[in-house]
Amino acid sequence: MNILTYLIPISLVLGGAGLAFFVFTLRSNQYDDPEGDAQRILSGQYDDHPKQD
Amino acid sequence: MTATLRPPASACPACAAAPAAQALAEHETPREAHIVLSLPTIHCAACMSAVERALDKVPEVRSARVNLTLKRVSIEADPELTAADVIPVVQGAGYEAHELDNTALSATATDKAGRDLLMRLAVAGFAAMNVMLLSIAVWSGAEGPTRDLFHWISAAIVLPAVGFSAMPFFRNAWTALSARSLNMDVPISLAILLAVGTSLWETSLSGEHAYFDAAIALTFFLLTGRYLDHRTRSVARSAAEELAALEVPRAWRVTDEGETQVPVGELAVGDLVSVRPGGRMPVDGEIVSGTSELDRSLLTGETLPVFAEPGRSVSAGEVNLTGPLTIRASAVGRDTSLHRMADLVAVAESGRSRYTSLADRAAKLYAPGVHILSALAFVGWLIYAGDLRVALNIAAAVLIITCPCALGLAVPAVTTAASGRLFKRGLLIKDSTALERLAQVDTVVFDKTGTLTSGTPELTNLGDFTRRDLEIALALAQGSSHPLSQSLADAAREAGIKPEPLTDVTEIPGHGTTGIWRGQDVRLGRATWVGGGQTDRTAAWLRVGDGPAQAFLFTDRLREGAEEAVTALKAAGLKVILISGDTTPAVESLAKRLGITQWMAEALPQDKSTRIEMMSRDGAHVLMVGDGLNDTAALTAAHASISPASALDAARVASDIVLLGGSLAPIPEAVQTARKATRRIRENFTVATWYNIIAVPLAVAGLCSPLIAALAMSASSITVSLNALRLR
Repeated sequence: MNILTYLIPISLVLGGAGLAFFVFTLRSNQYDDPEGDAQRILSGQYDDHPKQD
Repeated sequence: MTATLRPPASACPACAAAPAAQALAEHETPREAHIVLSLPTIHCAACMSAVERALDKVPEVRSARVNLTLKRVSIEADPELTAADVIPVVQGAGYEAHELDNTALSATATDKAGRDLLMRLAVAGFAAMNVMLLSIAVWSGAEGPTRDLFHWISAAIVLPAVGFSAMPFFRNAWTALSARSLNMDVPISLAILLAVGTSLWETSLSGEHAYFDAAIALTFFLLTGRYLDHRTRSVARSAAEELAALEVPRAWRVTDEGETQVPVGELAVGDLVSVRPGGRMPVDGEIVSGTSELDRSLLTGETLPVFAEPGRSVSAGEVNLTGPLTIRASAVGRDTSLHRMADLVAVAESGRSRYTSLADRAAKLYAPGVHILSALAFVGWLIYAGDLRVALNIAAAVLIITCPCALGLAVPAVTTAASGRLFKRGLLIKDSTALERLAQVDTVVFDKTGTLTSGTPELTNLGDFTRRDLEIALALAQGSSHPLSQSLADAAREAGIKPEPLTDVTEIPGHGTTGIWRGQDVRLGRATWVGGGQTDRTAAWLRVGDGPAQAFLFTDRLREGAEEAVTALKAAGLKVILISGDTTPAVESLAKRLGITQWMAEALPQDKSTRIEMMSRDGAHVLMVGDGLNDTAALTAAHASISPASALDAARVASDIVLLGGSLAPIPEAVQTARKATRRIRENFTVATWYNIIAVPLAVAGLCSPLIAALAMSASSITVSLNALRLR
């Protein structure tokens, strides 16, 4: 059962990484427009010359 | 028409943020302009890129991003750019656009609450997943030090997670308890705290049963319900904010220096206010100069415009039709008739204030029941076994099993699904119990003007006129902005009529239009001015030279979907009644056209609400559909109410559902969806009750292991969520 000393911390770290990533998505406004983002990813149009400033 | 009056900076009348934003703007010159436009008609990826491309072509625009979920575009631009500059750009791309202001401020505030909930939900979800993994090991037979280790690790995860995630429940429960009342959050908080407490105690004694997983799973499921509830409400709120932001709270004050645009709130009694054709009266007052005609349909339901001349008194909310008017304010702000009407609404006993929602009724039965049951189990086991530890363990198990997990999810999941479905059809649910009340409706009362009819006149007797007369009439009508003239001109053009050449065409505001045709005087206008006879229908009179005056007769155009809505409602077995403030012949002819057998004409606002109260007293559940100020009291008195988006602000505030589109057709479907939703809520309650009936005896008997608790809880929560999703 000694394997548990590795496995439990690993599972906690992985879970914690998932949580941290979720917090990041939340902070960077990725849930503001779920419908729009779902449509945008399918759009074939690209902006080759985005505004610079 | 109102576009010219739309203010450049703020359009949100009750926005507390507006003065603050203005103060901020004076303080420092902004380095960039942030413009938010509402785009009600966008719906697809192509729309998004079309709008963004069009805006990006404007050199001052730094960035433009469309939000499809909220149907808005937010634009970052150089400070000199205003919304008035970009609206034509978007309209040029083929999309309707309205300016939204300062709503951005309040939108971020509501967003913050949503994010806060989402963060708590994520933490609870993370903790629940990890604790479940550990619990599975315990359930499958871990023993001795391994089990203790797992329990301690679970405790280390759950304690901070519950402390953070379950905070909203603890806070609400505390508020309720300090007000000496019980709400759903009291048993929830007690269950969570007791479960964590006894589990800690058990673990410290290396006991077998720990309910850490149950405590955190409970928090997770209940937070899901809360979050769904919050989202439904914030969508409704932001849409309602948008409607409010479209109102025009400004007026033109006339002073010696000329005309200045001021907020309506700054007007004082005695001020002179100029109202242009197409504008709405901002205050009550008396006409000082100018003649025109007034459309009072929003206030009284009359479709016929009234003649306006100096000395005549006007009320806030009336629309000036033909000529510019200057009025002297006699009552402003809260004293105007508009607000007095709103006070009438406050007096009318509200149908919804007497209504207790299904969830509240369930909670009233539920909360004391749970506490009594778990206390009884505790006392019983304490007497029977004489062991505090066993008794406490069983009391915790009973609280966890009975905890209103499914109940907490049952209602929000259904309302989210139902209001999402209705929102797609163009109905905005403003009140949380509106769906339940709508489901009970058995009588539908319609207002006429502006609700069943669109308020625009339609010519009925084009065929009675000679081609020559029509050509003259068209020539006279085409220059005028009067609704009757415009309708006449449209009808004539559609019939292929070309205007006759006339000279000296002049519009005399409040009377009509006159001109010279082949040396003869021709007139089109009101009966008294043209010399026409009496008619009880809406009419414009035409006289050519010395010939007899002839009447163009008009009826109100039906609102789109009105016929279908009435037929479908009748087919669904609902009683349909028409109550209007308009004249008897007008109401009668419309009732006949739509096949409505019960109607009432010339009703005063009080008549409408008393009539509805009488019906309610006889046991009917009335749905009121209306738009005018004269309907507001009735809208409040009714069991449920719907108003179109074109209605006055006061009417929209008084009603619990707003029709966003122009058509009435979604109303029968809304009733059907509401009925279905209520049925689902009841089903969900039944499901939750059955889970309890099966699991509670086990818990009281002391047979309920943490595994059974976890299974019962998750299974019931998932069942009710799936059942709610069937509505979509």
